[in-house]
Amino acid sequence: MQELSVRHLLGIKDITPQDIQLIFETADNFKDVLNRPIKKVPSLRDITIANVFFENSTRTRLSFELAEKRLSADVINFSSSSSSVKKGETLLDTVNNILAMKVDMIVMRHSSPGAPHFLSRHINANIVNAGDGTHEHPTQALLDTFSIREKLGEVAGKKVVIIGDILHSRVALSNIFALQKLGAEVMVCGPITLLPKYIKELGVKVELDVRKALEWCDVANVLRIQLERQQMKYFPSLREYTLYYGIDKKMLDSLDKEITLMHPGPINRGVELSSDAADSHHSIILNQVENGVAIRMAVLYLLASKTA
Amino acid sequence: MQKRLIVNQQLLDIMVMRLCHQLIENHGDFSDSVILGLQPRGKHVAERIQQTLATILGKQVPTGYLDTTFHRDDFRRRETPLTANATKVDFLVEGKKVILVDDVLYTGRSVRAALDAMIAYGRPASVELLVLIDRLYTRHLPIQATYVGRQVNSLQSQRVLVDWQEQQAPEDAIWLITKSED
Repeated sequence: MQELSVRHLLGIKDITPQDIQLIFETADNFKDVLNRPIKKVPSLRDITIANVFFENSTRTRLSFELAEKRLSADVINFSSSSSSVKKGETLLDTVNNILAMKVDMIVMRHSSPGAPHFLSRHINANIVNAGDGTHEHPTQALLDTFSIREKLGEVAGKKVVIIGDILHSRVALSNIFALQKLGAEVMVCGPITLLPKYIKELGVKVELDVRKALEWCDVANVLRIQLERQQMKYFPSLREYTLYYGIDKKMLDSLDKEITLMHPGPINRGVELSSDAADSHHSIILNQVENGVAIRMAVLYLLASKTA
Repeated sequence: MQKRLIVNQQLLDIMVMRLCHQLIENHGDFSDSVILGLQPRGKHVAERIQQTLATILGKQVPTGYLDTTFHRDDFRRRETPLTANATKVDFLVEGKKVILVDDVLYTGRSVRAALDAMIAYGRPASVELLVLIDRLYTRHLPIQATYVGRQVNSLQSQRVLVDWQEQQAPEDAIWLITKSED
């Protein structure tokens, strides 16, 4: 009988390697549930969860909503585009109004880094961070490392390169923390303008040549170029980015070993990944999506046992 | 802590053999029957029943292990969440005669959770319950076993423990444990 060391899942930085292992073991069991004819268990039937999304999302929101429904929780959805936030309500007021309707847990995405941390200091409900700006996206990192563990047996000792827009990526930061806590070696690769200045402080390798990075790694996690977060030009053109950092099937086949290809989605086909690479046998992109539901069920289940 | 032996290795072997013959009376050649052991401790009983049936009938009866953690009614009423065990059910129970197997029948709550969990694998033709030990007068729910190894009269504060060689016990045995009052 183990439990998580935290009441909220705000970031991978705050949790222990034991927490990650516990989440993985619980997710193994939920993955089994998801392969049954009836994919639903009654564990959270007395829990109400609000999905509060101040930023657009399809995959993460659907995945969380499905995980909540598979656990029999009651679910309410909120997106800022159709709400009173437009009328000038503050974040804390919005959430307190939702909580006044007797909600036990909040799954939140926000464009400002630290928004869920701020909320966790002011409210009682358990919070799951579903992405806060350019900071962390813990469930994505958990499902990425879970997928590596599933494909390669274990994460410890594996070499993982994260390629692309590291500067604006919450997936990159959460993945770096998760991989390091599980004992993997991490490298980041991308145009120098898209690498944070002090990234080496995190103990990761830095490589500017994507070909060398692929030759080094066991797993390549390719990120999307997040044009919506870029306020200035970090590289001359998308075509030039593709020329230097795009990955295609030919490049994967020319390596003298098998590597595993991941992408957190949504893919910009023909930019960071060519279609033939994304659909090749190297890719575990759809497994990542499948594992996402099991991981989120595990996180919600383990946190729900700590509701006040 | 006092530990009193209530069933030794020899008696346990006889008990399992008797339960198997009772099963054969009701299930014949087991063509439509399956065994489901309740995780964690019913797994060993289910394995033992399957092995013994194999020596008598010369065939393997389909056997699975069912974990009921996510179906329990005491979630959030415990200090820490229960850790789930593996579920391994490689067949559908649709239309089958299911024999649920556990070591000790106490409050009946795990069996209720098991009935709930089992439904995820189809609608069985019938469900029976086999237990090694039936603790009398302790039930919280109206649940009774179809096949019983032995009935035991015990206090709420006592515990019945079944030891298996598979779990590094010196021999298979069933104990009644009384906590001392100090």
